[in-house]
Formats: sequence, structure tokens, C-alpha cells
Amino acid sequence: MQSKTILRDLEAAGIGFAASVPCKQLAGVIAGLAASPRIRHLPATREDEGMGLCAGAYLGGLRPVMVMQNTGLGVSVNVLATLIQFYRLPLPMLISYRGEVGEAVACQAEMAIHTKPLLAQLHVPTYHFHHPRDVAELPGILAHAFTISKPVAVLMDAGFWTGDQP
Amino acid sequence: MTAEMTRAGALEIVADVLKHELVICNIGAPSQELCAIADRPGNFYMLGSMGQAAAIGLGLALAQPRPVLAIEGDGAVLTSLGTLATIASNPAPNFTLLILDNASYGSTGDQPTHTAGRTDLAAVARACGVENVVECAGAGLAGALAAALRGGAMTVIICKIAPGNRKVPVIGMDPVQIRCRFMDEVRRSEG
Repeated sequence: MQSKTILRDLEAAGIGFAASVPCKQLAGVIAGLAASPRIRHLPATREDEGMGLCAGAYLGGLRPVMVMQNTGLGVSVNVLATLIQFYRLPLPMLISYRGEVGEAVACQAEMAIHTKPLLAQLHVPTYHFHHPRDVAELPGILAHAFTISKPVAVLMDAGFWTGDQP
Repeated sequence: MTAEMTRAGALEIVADVLKHELVICNIGAPSQELCAIADRPGNFYMLGSMGQAAAIGLGLALAQPRPVLAIEGDGAVLTSLGTLATIASNPAPNFTLLILDNASYGSTGDQPTHTAGRTDLAAVARACGVENVVECAGAGLAGALAAALRGGAMTVIICKIAPGNRKVPVIGMDPVQIRCRFMDEVRRSEG
């Protein structure tokens, strides 16, 4: 249900453009974006490219969203700082939070350890969804990103995705 | 003029060809030279994020109907080769990517890029699936650019130029001023 709720919230928030780099936790969201008649979805080759696409879409009048895994944060630092923040562009980022408790792939923990410190260092408002019910905060967070015209991160860990059936 | 044309000469041609197109311009010397040659509200100057002009241009072209020109350098494109695959697989008919290939990192002291060696960006673009790849040099840029901007099909132009930078000032505008001015221009054309 989480994926379906996220899609509904994105459409209700007036999101018109999405860029994504996949994660298995985000498969349902990405499939929903690809099928959405209201959101133009582009698969990006890398997270920083996706943020560039989102910046362009915003300049053109669409509300963008970036969908990515937390491991992509490292390659995105420069674009977050010198494009999204420097030009004061709004960008909600839905980020699967791999490498937390329950993670099967040990290497995922390496970037998980750096995820919140990197976002804090970049002064990106960050929200952590740990339980399926946390999705109720999403509409407010999406609206907040466009009110403050900043990048905003939503980290969605394995606990959040429990029972998700896209 | 043909073999010796530098980036500034190419940008003078671009400025002559441009009408109502929206422009996203690569960081550093390209944006500084374009700003000095022909500043206009429809120009978005990159002050950071090397290699993102093409992605921003594609997002902009998909979001609104006006023709969009993204100007990249060979060094910037080499940092983000994947973007050529993204634009090839998601072609926007109102999008043109112009790569000014001087085979060097002009903003940092003219160090050679790999296009000075074995890398052929036109071949890379074709291999990524771009249907319309145009190669030109010198004064040929004017015709190639006009045809691409008004042809109604997504086009990647690779224009070979000589290394060298014109002595022009750093852009003094605040980034938020650049983007608000640009977005006003986008909205004006919609009205």
C-alpha cells in the first residue's frame, strides 16, 4: 500500500515530473510513476543527472520529484550544493534507505552510515520513515519543499516498506 | 575563420542565430563569454555543476513547448556521458544539444580532454541512440544550428572549434537572480 499511497500523494501535490534511479524497495513507486498519466517520468543514468533533469523541469514550470537510493547521495553532493541549493530550487527527494537493520547486503551499510551526516552537513531537511504509517506525513513534506524552495529528503527504510504490495 | 574559430567566435554565431529559444549554458568560460557577447533573460548560466547543462535542458524541453538549446563543452559532456543515453531514449522534439568541442578544458588552463585523443563524441552520441547527430566546424555552425532549432526534431550538434578563451568578466549576477529572470521569461512566453 505504501507505493500506491506515495503515488497518490505525489499526484495530489501537483508533481508533474519525476526522475529516478532504481532501488528494489522503490520498484512499486517507479512502476507507478511510469504508468502515471499526470507525471512525466524519466529514468536517469545517475542521481546527479536526475537532479539536473528535475531542475530543468522546474525552470519549465513543473513540480519535480527525485526518486533514488541513499547510495546515490555521494555522487549528488555537488549538484545538490551548486545547482539545487545555489539557485534555490525546490526538490523533494524520496530516498530508499538501504543498509539499515534488516539489510541483507553488507556493503549497503557503508553508505547508510554516511547518509544522515551527509544530509545534515548539506543542511537538507530530512525526514525518516520507519513504519508504514509514517507515509501520512508525506503530503505535508511535499508541500513544505515547495514552500521553502529547498531540497528535502525523505529516507524510507526497510521497516517502512514492510508489507508493501505495489 | 573555420579552423581558427574559438568558443567565443562560435558563441557569436549562436547569438546571431538565436531568436526566442531558451538557453542553458555550461559552467565557466562558456557562460561568461555568452553573457558578455549577448546577455538575455532567456539565458540560464551555470555557475556550478559541470556536466548538467544537457540534463537541465532536456528537463526544460519536456516541461514546456519553447525550443531549448543546451550548450556544453567536450569536457563537461565527458563527465556525464550517460546523459547522452538519457536524451536519446527520451527525445524532446524542441531540444537541441550543442557541444562545442575544443578538445580541451578551457576554463582550467586548456588541458587536453580525451576528444584530443581517441574519443569521438559524435560516434558516442550515435551509439547512445541519438537519431540526429550533426557535425560541423567554423561558419557551418550557423546553418546547422538554425536547422536544428527550427527542425522539430531533437538534435545533437558537435562543433569542432579551436582552444582558447576570450578575456571576459566573471558573471556578477546572483544565481537566484539568474533563475528568477529566466523563469519570468519562460512564463512571459506562455502568457
